[in-house]
Amino acid sequence: MPPRNRLPFESDIYELEDLLERLEVGANGQLGSSEEIRRIRRELVGLKRKIYSNLTPWQTVLVSRHGERPQTMDYVQLIFEDFVELHGDRAIGDDRALRCGFARLGDHRVMVIGHQKGHTLQERTKCFYGCAHPEGYRKALKNMRLAAKFRLPIICLIDTPGAFPGIGAEERGQAQLIATNLLEMSRLETPIVCVVIGEGGSGGALGIGIGDRVSMLEHGYYSVISPEGCAGILWKVATETTKPLAAEALRMTAKDLKRLGVIDDIIPEPLGAAHRDHREMANTLKAYLLRYIRETRPLSVEELLESRYQKFRKMGFYLSGIENA
Amino acid sequence: MTPNESKAEMGISDRPKRGVPEGLWIRCPQCKATIFRKEAEARLNVCPECTYHFYLPARDRIAQLLDADSFEEWFTDLRPCDPLEFKDRLPYAERLQAEQAKTGMLDAAVVGRGFIRGRPVVFGVTDFAFMAGSMGSVVGEKLTRAAEEATRLQLPLLFVSGSGGGARMQEGILSLMQMAKISAALGRYDRAGGLYICVLTNPTMGGVAASFALQGDITLAEPGALIGFAGKRTIWNTVRLELPEGFQTSEFLLEHGFIDRIVPRKDLRTEVAKIIDYCEH
Ligand SMILES: [Zn+2]
Repeated sequence: MPPRNRLPFESDIYELEDLLERLEVGANGQLGSSEEIRRIRRELVGLKRKIYSNLTPWQTVLVSRHGERPQTMDYVQLIFEDFVELHGDRAIGDDRALRCGFARLGDHRVMVIGHQKGHTLQERTKCFYGCAHPEGYRKALKNMRLAAKFRLPIICLIDTPGAFPGIGAEERGQAQLIATNLLEMSRLETPIVCVVIGEGGSGGALGIGIGDRVSMLEHGYYSVISPEGCAGILWKVATETTKPLAAEALRMTAKDLKRLGVIDDIIPEPLGAAHRDHREMANTLKAYLLRYIRETRPLSVEELLESRYQKFRKMGFYLSGIENA
Repeated sequence: MTPNESKAEMGISDRPKRGVPEGLWIRCPQCKATIFRKEAEARLNVCPECTYHFYLPARDRIAQLLDADSFEEWFTDLRPCDPLEFKDRLPYAERLQAEQAKTGMLDAAVVGRGFIRGRPVVFGVTDFAFMAGSMGSVVGEKLTRAAEEATRLQLPLLFVSGSGGGARMQEGILSLMQMAKISAALGRYDRAGGLYICVLTNPTMGGVAASFALQGDITLAEPGALIGFAGKRTIWNTVRLELPEGFQTSEFLLEHGFIDRIVPRKDLRTEVAKIIDYCEH
């Protein structure tokens, strides 16, 4: 594998992997050193477990942004069949940062909506690094409404640093389109499951993030503002010191969000995170989505909408009543 | 934008207890004229030279917009806590105390019921002076309850937004979720047939713009308000292009089709009443 996207805190893992690779090549069919190979493999497992069960929030952010981490279109290939992409927003254009389409999940017909960041530089440029414009949110809503009309469950895969901050995006109503999506998604008459598969960047994530179930992959993050943005405002400058402080303060990891009642489930990632094993990650996610669809099937539209309403109604913490002395 | 910078842009000091800045004379940030503070106050905090609309505290907004003594405030016991134990250079808990002492408010929103030229409405306003009018759990909860009460009472709903950054960073993801919460309540209110009017005032940005501020049946804006999703600095850092003249102003949004009318402060009462009359069932 080419040595790109090496995260600094993973250097010990890479060192062992390199050693293992050399031994495996040297062994060349001979059984002599196989015992050492086994020992190093065991050690590697232990090391990955140790590093990945103790990631700091900032390290989690780095993992969630890993260039080889599976993205929406990877999952479309690995989890779904017969994907039929729907491109048009009926007003401005085709936003490549937000993909929509019919797909089959096992025996179920579903609508997939997801951010796409791109893996290659060329793809990333086309996708604006996963930052959608107003036309992306308009396209998503148009297709979600279509799904609701035929009672297809909607699967939203969230993976964005944020909605695109640009002149055209403002001229074409970035805030308006997100606002409309929030209101309409809260009352769409079909089941919606949202999974943060990587980055959950603020309003750009929430714009496809209203669902009956909202969950996160183990090493994703979901936040009101990027740690860089937060550090820049509250610490006056975003540096290698302040960004981790902001990431910590914002409570943006899956564990924190579960504790705060914002997400329903944490979907476990393969050992050493999703970028190490796309297939295993996809299988876990697929099983999760199938279970969700089975569980929501018996619900009536009224029950579904009422529980969706109550889910978001409960969010937040405040004090009330007479103040204690 | 940061609260302090935006306050400076708006020409208000850090202790804007009574609307326009302290002192006998004030400087208009738009026309740079030095004006007698009392004269601006007499004109609803509007510059007599160029009609720049100064910041208006929630209490003054209520007094100007609603019929005299008609406002009955609701949910006055709601107050913020610090669920994330957030600490930047200053702990959120201390920041809250300072903001409460400075403004005399428990948090940035005031909601309740009142009358506009004799028409009953459920009313809500966010006050920029309290942490730049940002939406944390209390603001989200108060506005949501107001929308639910308006649904129950079958009354028109009028919100006046004013928020620098939108969501309140110090409440992290919970503030983002307030956007979802209030949107769901407004969705139900809409389905129940209610009329929701939102008046956007300077500034209405970020998560507030991307939720309740732009979900009205009717969207009005005061002249010259800053309205948008991303802050100018964020946009500049991303695209490195000169921002067009009048970018993200009320007039810019009107031109691009995102608001219905720009209404000077002095005409708001009349216009809102007129719209309510058109939308009676
Ligand atoms: Zn002036």
